Amino acid sequence: MYAFDIERPTTVADAVEALKADEAQPLGGGQTLIPTLKARLAAPSKLVSLGNVKEMQGISIDGDTLRIGGATIHATVATEARSRYPGLARLASKIGDPAVRNRGTIGGSIANNDPAACYPAAALASGATIITNTRQVAADDFFLGMFETALDEGEIVTAVSFPIPEASNYQKFVQPASRFPLVGVFVAKFADGVRVAVTGASEGGVFRWTEAEQALSGTFAPDALDGLNVSEDGMINDLHGDGEYRAHLIKIMTGRAVKAAS
Amino acid sequence: MTKVTMTINGKSVSRDVEGQTLLVSFLRDDLHLTGTHVGCDTSQCGACTVHVDGKSVKSCTMFAVEAEGAEVKTIEGMANADGSLNVMQQAFQDHHGLQCGYCTPGMVMSATALLKDNPKPTEAEVRKHLEGNICRCTGYHNIVKAILAASGQDVSAIAAE
Amino acid sequence: MPKDTGIGASPLRREDVRFLKGAGEYTDDIKTYGETVAVFARSTVANGIIKSIDTSVAEGMPGVLAVFTGADFVEVGGNPAGWLINSRDGEPMKEPKRPVLAHGKVRHVGDAYAAVIAETDRQARDAAEAIEIDIEELPAIIDVKEALKGDNFVHDEIGTNQCFDWGWIEDNRAATDEAIKNAHHVTTLELVNNRLIPNAMEPRCSMASYKASGDEYVLHTTSQNPHLTRLLISAFVMGIPENKLTVIAPDVGGGFGSKIYHYGEEALVLAAAKRVGRPVKWTSDRTEAFLTDAHGRDHVTKIELATDAEGNFQAFRTETYANVGAYLSNFATATPTFLHGTLMAGNYTVPLVYVNVKAVFTNTAPVDAYRGAGRPEASYSLERVIDKCARELGMDPIALRRKNFIKPEQYPFASAAGLEYDSGNYDALMDKMEEVADVKGFAARRAQSEANGMLRGFGVNAYVEACGIAPSNLVGVLGSRVGLYDAATVRVNATGNLSVMVGAHSHGQGHETVFPQVVAEMLGIDAASIDIVHGDTSKIPFGMGTYGSRSLAVCGSAVVRATEKIINKAKKIAAHMLEAAEGDIELKDGQFSVAGTDKSVSFGEVALKAYIPHDFPLEDIEPGLEETAFYDPANFTFPSGAYCCEVEVDPDTGKVRVDRFAAVDDFGNVINPMVVTGQVHGGLGQGIGQALLEAARYNSDGQLESASYMDYAMPRADDLPFYTVDHSQGTPCTHNPLGVKGCGEAGAIGSPPTIVNAVIDALQSSGKNVTHIDMPLTPHRVWSAMKNA
Repeated sequence: MYAFDIERPTTVADAVEALKADEAQPLGGGQTLIPTLKARLAAPSKLVSLGNVKEMQGISIDGDTLRIGGATIHATVATEARSRYPGLARLASKIGDPAVRNRGTIGGSIANNDPAACYPAAALASGATIITNTRQVAADDFFLGMFETALDEGEIVTAVSFPIPEASNYQKFVQPASRFPLVGVFVAKFADGVRVAVTGASEGGVFRWTEAEQALSGTFAPDALDGLNVSEDGMINDLHGDGEYRAHLIKIMTGRAVKAAS
Repeated sequence: MTKVTMTINGKSVSRDVEGQTLLVSFLRDDLHLTGTHVGCDTSQCGACTVHVDGKSVKSCTMFAVEAEGAEVKTIEGMANADGSLNVMQQAFQDHHGLQCGYCTPGMVMSATALLKDNPKPTEAEVRKHLEGNICRCTGYHNIVKAILAASGQDVSAIAAE
Repeated sequence: MPKDTGIGASPLRREDVRFLKGAGEYTDDIKTYGETVAVFARSTVANGIIKSIDTSVAEGMPGVLAVFTGADFVEVGGNPAGWLINSRDGEPMKEPKRPVLAHGKVRHVGDAYAAVIAETDRQARDAAEAIEIDIEELPAIIDVKEALKGDNFVHDEIGTNQCFDWGWIEDNRAATDEAIKNAHHVTTLELVNNRLIPNAMEPRCSMASYKASGDEYVLHTTSQNPHLTRLLISAFVMGIPENKLTVIAPDVGGGFGSKIYHYGEEALVLAAAKRVGRPVKWTSDRTEAFLTDAHGRDHVTKIELATDAEGNFQAFRTETYANVGAYLSNFATATPTFLHGTLMAGNYTVPLVYVNVKAVFTNTAPVDAYRGAGRPEASYSLERVIDKCARELGMDPIALRRKNFIKPEQYPFASAAGLEYDSGNYDALMDKMEEVADVKGFAARRAQSEANGMLRGFGVNAYVEACGIAPSNLVGVLGSRVGLYDAATVRVNATGNLSVMVGAHSHGQGHETVFPQVVAEMLGIDAASIDIVHGDTSKIPFGMGTYGSRSLAVCGSAVVRATEKIINKAKKIAAHMLEAAEGDIELKDGQFSVAGTDKSVSFGEVALKAYIPHDFPLEDIEPGLEETAFYDPANFTFPSGAYCCEVEVDPDTGKVRVDRFAAVDDFGNVINPMVVTGQVHGGLGQGIGQALLEAARYNSDGQLESASYMDYAMPRADDLPFYTVDHSQGTPCTHNPLGVKGCGEAGAIGSPPTIVNAVIDALQSSGKNVTHIDMPLTPHRVWSAMKNA
């Protein structure tokens, strides 16, 4: 690693202020950023740790939405969201490994928008709202592409607000080495329709499979997917699977998510 | 340099560290607690697993300053007060759950955290829990068996010597 | 003699206590006063001409003590290949120099061309980044077959990328060709034995210090064989006299072959320690390990099996392209030849075997022995083609193997591939395997899987391997440039406890527990009074280290011989003490007694007397009680086994799950069943990893795409099942004193074909005509194979 300082503000306001320094970068749980720093692929002058910002911690329920503070670790979501939003809790319980879940945060995951991250699928399928220090952005407008989001320089994800679906499920087919999803599909059934979001598969990052959404909004059953096919265009081709395979897995995993949804 | 203070294996420790000092470097290089190992650069092997405030974390993927005020426990703090192996450590020895010993401290820390949350895990739960701890020597058979045994479950039916 | 500690017992491992308390001492755990840090600048291109290197900026950076480039080592020797292979035409293999640091050309991604010594790791890294290198990039040579065409060479000075073109047994070539031409049936299989990265969990680390007063060096390093490392550094690379160089391999966190070899980093830290006058340490990170540790396997093979109408094997013919990487690592030339070709008769009475191996230089990391080393490649080719043959002939795969097995009464058996197997009973192993694996219950389990929408397959395999890599006379004939024996010193201290200095090196194998079991049994004393000393060239007489499942079979035999000498001398002393004839002294349960009397002295009393020889007849008995033995066996040992497994394949995704695995091995006599079982488990984990998960993949530019755990799939706990392991059917080795054969590699040898055979069986059960899939059988590959069938 190159040398840098770490600041640990306790309020969002102080964090935002600290991030105004040249080459300052926010530090969530660090589970992606720290390996990047070790490889000397980033050279911040300063990291602004968000771990001490109390107002970004924890889970709360507001009517039909579940609000998760941006600095909330996966392990907390896995346990505390279980009763209200089991599909989301289950997703959180399978991110990385136990030690990673004790450090990694939802804000970090959402802001990084790794094309194989799990949380973006839940946010997009739930129609979540990404809350930052300056504004609220719909998930549909937030994830712009691989590692790209609508966040501006110095803007922090302070919370994510998830509408709670009637039924949901996340199916992850893991890449055998990293254990990130080779394909992950989150299916969320709301009173007004079904949303399906896919991670791991596309060169454009997380996306909604709208044909499946329409079909499942008609009949919420795996059979509804019969006849649908995902195009392999734009799918990731790598050591672990080509585009055709990923496209195939999207359909398989969607069907399994529908079957398992509760 | 930033001054950090934390409790490590029951003892309060204060040191000046640079921002980029990882917790694992702090433990190994500053405090000479070399039982915590480094086996990868990508936060996957788990050889560096320690407990921070009772939770398992990868000390190679956390900065020392982030442990300010925390209770840190490493493998050096796991034995019984009289120096004898604790239940988990003893189970690893009894069931030959280690060979070269390099991943072992992380395995013990990780397994201990599992039983804290899940005192009687199934075989599948143990295997799943070890997703972030890589062992190259044992093929995991005896590690899984040791953890099941440490949880008080009968492992006599699991094939082995 | 308490039976819970001697031969055949499973006492708990004494080394575990320090490992479990975090008190192990691995090389990187050792901090030395004044220690400095070495960091290497490594090539990011696979093949290129170094036009210039400018280190001036780096040299002036804070904390920098020295910068080295290849120019600093032009005058020193290269890291040699330990095994001379001659091509079919009699020409010796090509041996381009392997320098400490690349000079003139870089030849693989990760090839080190410079090194910085600095006060801190960060300063060294900063300076390494500031070294300016101008490289004229050349097209990368990656594919072994393409490498043999054209005029782009990894080493221009040899004018070819072919290291050798070896035939075994060349005299059988014509007859084998004829047999295949005339056979009733020929099964042909083309396969790839996938390239693997050893991934010992402890990355390599080397620390050197230098004492100017005596011109002496000490090297702490992650080595499986410190004496061999010292020998290579002294005799070939650095010219440091052996008596001025101490090599210490302390606790070592796994090796699996990758730490057998001498690496340039060791030479660099030695040179640097002398130049900067302070200790210098280099610690590999995992990325460097991926790029520079010697890789394993990487064979491209075509194998043919000729049979008669009844399924009797008539000939095996194999053509293999073996990738040796950019430089010859120390055993690189032995692995695809004498550790592979000589096993190509397998467990079978086949009369004709011919193997052709072309070793090829490429712009990839060096390839060398990795757990099993050549024997997994042999077993995989044989057992895959036999399985395919069984399908083609419509025969049961177990029955076909049994039909061709060497029978117990045929030992010693001269195999068609040139080895003499001393013992074995392959039918007994297969019988036991069928029993412990409940093979009869497979049909019901398959029906259950199918009811769940899954495919279930059964795979079987039989293997024989050559272990206890030794007899010097034999390996000498086969091209080895070193002797392969081992040594031990048994030192009985005056107070009756023992230090046993062994040439074998334990990096997970449990020597500290197992060797005392042998000595304790022989002397009839408590094993707790015996300590093993290993891994330090200044303390142990000599040793060729630990690899090739040789520790117990070779070094253990040296321990036996040294202990026998101790007993002989102790009997002399006891005879003197008891005023009896030496021939009348008997040793039992730690007591020396005069036969037919109640007169006796204890082992402890004899030990004390040896060091307080007030009344010794000094012309007959020297004071002291310490003996050394070197042991060089008569032959390899030949462990064998019968393995089977059941897999479930998800037809929708291609994902394979190993449901059951049974390994029945003949290791001869077993000293510590617990340790032996653990060794099998570990080998199975690696073998199943090879079959299903692991692959080192270079792209056409020579970039290693699987250069971290993000892309190189290491087996995790939830990838693997509980294994059923049995070694009750041992037939003792006939030529070493313990009757042991070696168990370290078996699991990695026997499991890959077992798994692949099972997956093919599963796919065939669904009507898919899939006859082969190259490892690793990832979900994507299995799914693609089903789709394309």
